[in-house]
Amino acid sequence: MTKLAEYRGKHELLINLVLRDLRGRYKRSVLGWSWSLINPLATVLIYWVIFSTFLKVQPPRGDPSGLKSFVMFLVCGLLPYRFLADSMSGSAESLIVNANLVKKVYFPRELLVVSAVGALLCTFLIELAVLCVVLLFMGNMVLTWIPMLLVVIALETCMVLGISLVLAPLNVYLRDVKHFVLIALQLLFYSAPIVYPLRLVPKNANILGIDIALRDVYQLNPLVPLIDCFRAVLYDLRFPDAADLGYVAVWAIGLLVFGHWVFGRLDRRLAEEV
Amino acid sequence: MSTAISIVDVSKKYRLYHERNQALKVAILRGRRARYEEFWALRDVSFDIEQGSTFGLIGENGSGKSTLLKCMANILRADKGSIVVAGKLSALLELGAGFHPELSGRENVFLNGAILGLSKKQITERFDEIIEFAGLERFVDSPVKNYSSGMYLRLGFSVAINVDPDVLLIDEILAVGDAEFQQRCAQKFVDLKERGKTIIIVSHALDTIRNFCDEAVLLHHGRVQTIGPAATVVDEYLEGVHIDRQVDVHGPRSGSGEIRVERVSLLDASGKSTTRVRTGDAMTVRLEFVATEPVERPVFGLGIARIDGAEVTGPNTRDAEIVPDKIEGRGHVDYRIDRCLLLPGTYDVSVAIFDYTISQPFDARNRALRFDVEHGTPFQRHGIITLDGSWDIVEDAPSS
Repeated sequence: MTKLAEYRGKHELLINLVLRDLRGRYKRSVLGWSWSLINPLATVLIYWVIFSTFLKVQPPRGDPSGLKSFVMFLVCGLLPYRFLADSMSGSAESLIVNANLVKKVYFPRELLVVSAVGALLCTFLIELAVLCVVLLFMGNMVLTWIPMLLVVIALETCMVLGISLVLAPLNVYLRDVKHFVLIALQLLFYSAPIVYPLRLVPKNANILGIDIALRDVYQLNPLVPLIDCFRAVLYDLRFPDAADLGYVAVWAIGLLVFGHWVFGRLDRRLAEEV
Repeated sequence: MSTAISIVDVSKKYRLYHERNQALKVAILRGRRARYEEFWALRDVSFDIEQGSTFGLIGENGSGKSTLLKCMANILRADKGSIVVAGKLSALLELGAGFHPELSGRENVFLNGAILGLSKKQITERFDEIIEFAGLERFVDSPVKNYSSGMYLRLGFSVAINVDPDVLLIDEILAVGDAEFQQRCAQKFVDLKERGKTIIIVSHALDTIRNFCDEAVLLHHGRVQTIGPAATVVDEYLEGVHIDRQVDVHGPRSGSGEIRVERVSLLDASGKSTTRVRTGDAMTVRLEFVATEPVERPVFGLGIARIDGAEVTGPNTRDAEIVPDKIEGRGHVDYRIDRCLLLPGTYDVSVAIFDYTISQPFDARNRALRFDVEHGTPFQRHGIITLDGSWDIVEDAPSS
């Protein structure tokens, strides 16, 4: 409980740290903030060319929205993934790049991780806002689904925060962590229905002579139902599957609690090891 | 008087890694992170600091004083024992920690203020004062990466000092900026002191500790060696230093070398070489030289400084208008002091031989000789030298 008291009145510091990240991010680049849109656009363009034009991946038709567009299908999954990926790789470094603060000033160090995630959350929200505008132009009436969208964003943020609170201090003690994260992120990207729809994942498969229910295993990855929730409210315009939402919520809360616990354990000698 | 900081049985252990390798390979191969030795930086340290007092922490490098300060600031966690701080604490360990080089001075003041625990409202109220104190009115909106290092530190100091804590921890940062800024800093500390704030200083500048602090603690290998009035503790530290430390007889040397210092020695009243004198004694600093070629109008000079670097005096033969036209071969120069007015402590003598313009050294040797001064007559406890004055206390006859 003393821990909670420590956080009280720290929201201003948090806001300041987030602003520092945001203001500092594109300083000295000519295009400045346009980069935050150029980056995802370029990624979308590349995937669109490869997966839609070369590999001929067919997007599902939105039900009940009736929308059928590979680009929109892709972006609805890509943006949540990028938020997760950027947070994981960025927050792993968040304590190390702020080593001088950790060593010289005392304040709850979680704030450095939280602010790194917070700054990326801001970018994510802007990207989603742009996406919503485009979807409106394409005839998808997303406005009524925005409250639901916010719930899904909140769940993803808890999840991301939980993971980051584990990765950041761990990376201080073991600098290899950030390299593992980069590999893990590639695996996550292809093991979630981002560039392809879920129906392309076979129900059953025979791997090394063992029959397994591949799609069930595949769906254990919380990123799968999470992306499904985003697509439900943005692409399909329907209420997310309750089981998906529940599964994501359990992971989100579990990861957050676990992250907080791990950070508390690893906090003790941060200033010496960083 | 109540207690501002109470330190009870605090011990702090560091890990000394033999190979600083935070690789997983090591962890897997050896089944643990890396080989390390444990090292106690602090051992069973206990003392209380009174509210409103100014307290000094002194000790050799590695004695644990900065570790203790960081434990007080909660940056490091003690492995054993407890530290209880009453009131709001602010630590000036590094000025401008957390400044973002690309952001403007204004943005950094808000950021740094928030890191040090100020609310936006408080920073807004104090903003003008902070900028004015740092003397950066014209540069408020330039990015701090364009600041000179002095400007950067001044801004950092100015934000930190305006945090207005109940307990202020300071680590070796009193020497910031030019003389005028230092003057203002000193004034600021005096203000804080007068307002009853507790100040804790870690410093090698023993003068600062002696003059500024009420009490001090001397740490030695992580343990409390002495605690008491600042002047007493500083004296004990200086006493201890000359026993422990070896004099570097061949201290740093520079110069063109046509004429060289061969030896520097201290002679007592009877002409015997010594390294120990008493206040009030006669003494002579003898500089033996050898000139390998004729040298015109050389100037001999020496500097006496206390070992913490405080300069006492720097006489030379040009100021004294004793300049030989030409010198060749061997010889010596004596600087005779009829009554040594230095107060007890350890002092270093640096010597140099210059050309007449005092721009090119022929030979300069820093800290060529070290000697100790012990209590003598006149007896005086505070300061570096005595002016050997005399007191008169006169009571006016009561007017009736």
